[in-house]
Amino acid sequence: MDSVVQLQRQLVDYSAQLFNEGFLDDQFNQLQQLQDESNPDFVVEVVTLFFEDSERLLDELAKALEQQSVDYRKIDAHVHQLKGSSSSIGAQRVQKVCIGFRNFCDERNIEGCQKCLQQVKHEYSLVKTKLETLFKLEQKVLAAGGSIPWPM
Amino acid sequence: MATAGEILRRSLTEEVGFSKGSVSGSEELHVLAVDDSFVDRKVIERLLKISSCKVTVVESGSRALQYLGLDGEKSSVGFNDLKINLIMTDYSMPGMTGYELLKKIKESSAFREIPVVIMSSENILARIDRCLEEGAEEYIIKPVKLSDVKRIKDVIMGGDGEQKKRKSVRKRGREDCFYSLSQPQLVQSSSSPAFDFLPSELQSSSPFSTLSLSKRPKLQTRD
Repeated sequence: MDSVVQLQRQLVDYSAQLFNEGFLDDQFNQLQQLQDESNPDFVVEVVTLFFEDSERLLDELAKALEQQSVDYRKIDAHVHQLKGSSSSIGAQRVQKVCIGFRNFCDERNIEGCQKCLQQVKHEYSLVKTKLETLFKLEQKVLAAGGSIPWPM
Repeated sequence: MATAGEILRRSLTEEVGFSKGSVSGSEELHVLAVDDSFVDRKVIERLLKISSCKVTVVESGSRALQYLGLDGEKSSVGFNDLKINLIMTDYSMPGMTGYELLKKIKESSAFREIPVVIMSSENILARIDRCLEEGAEEYIIKPVKLSDVKRIKDVIMGGDGEQKKRKSVRKRGREDCFYSLSQPQLVQSSSSPAFDFLPSELQSSSPFSTLSLSKRPKLQTRD
């Protein structure tokens, strides 16, 4: 059974990795600042909303790209939303793919859009897994009686 | 004889203080936040609450107008109970954009004095100009940070009580930036020297002077 200090070390290291690899940016730290004793689950709540929102948008995007007559304005609107929410939680890599995605929408480039959809699904799935791992590590630290040393 | 609108505005101003400086330190700022994104609504609500503001969050411009009683229907909230000190609205929303909401608010005799802040992820100069000229207090680039809320709150609460002085445009940072016509001092951003510029002091008597920037940021073609 890892000690509190070891678990905290793991958490700090994992978090640093996520920032170094560009999965998360400073906006994630901003969210941490909004969490306190009165709102101890704020970050998890916002990120959960992000997951729900993103999954809905990714479904809509897949449907929209399958249409006979592709509605690029609609696709752009969905990507804009996804870009916005990923930016709001600091999911930097997802946000970056969205920027490219919107350019392909502007160009009405169906192949480019399809490629971006695959890319954004991939990046979303990665950041979701990593955030879930991060939250599990936090839970372990708390369960062992330690505190979360945010910002890390 | 004073019109109903004038009486309303006077009594509202006395009770609440829509203009800067008349909200005392002991009163809580009541902010109406408008955003169609679930995630952003949650974040802005928390940003405002942690900054000791009372918050009402709605998901659209039409809901905001409903809340304010500006939609033509009978408002569920009486005018005397409705004490909004600041409106923060997203720009890009389906149905009514933040700009359209801004216009409606500025056209209303009861609410035109309420400062309106536009939030947007898009740094489009033409859009920013349009919003500021329509009377927006500030145009903030998303994602909104705690420092943005703190700054806005300080501006609203620590005003000089006079009509807003439209002086200089201030821009900071790379993607974190905001545009305001009411900052009295130039603040140099240390994070992104590429975007530092000297604003010109606007000497016009009109509160909605044309902005002149010596250096323009990279324009996006999308609007």
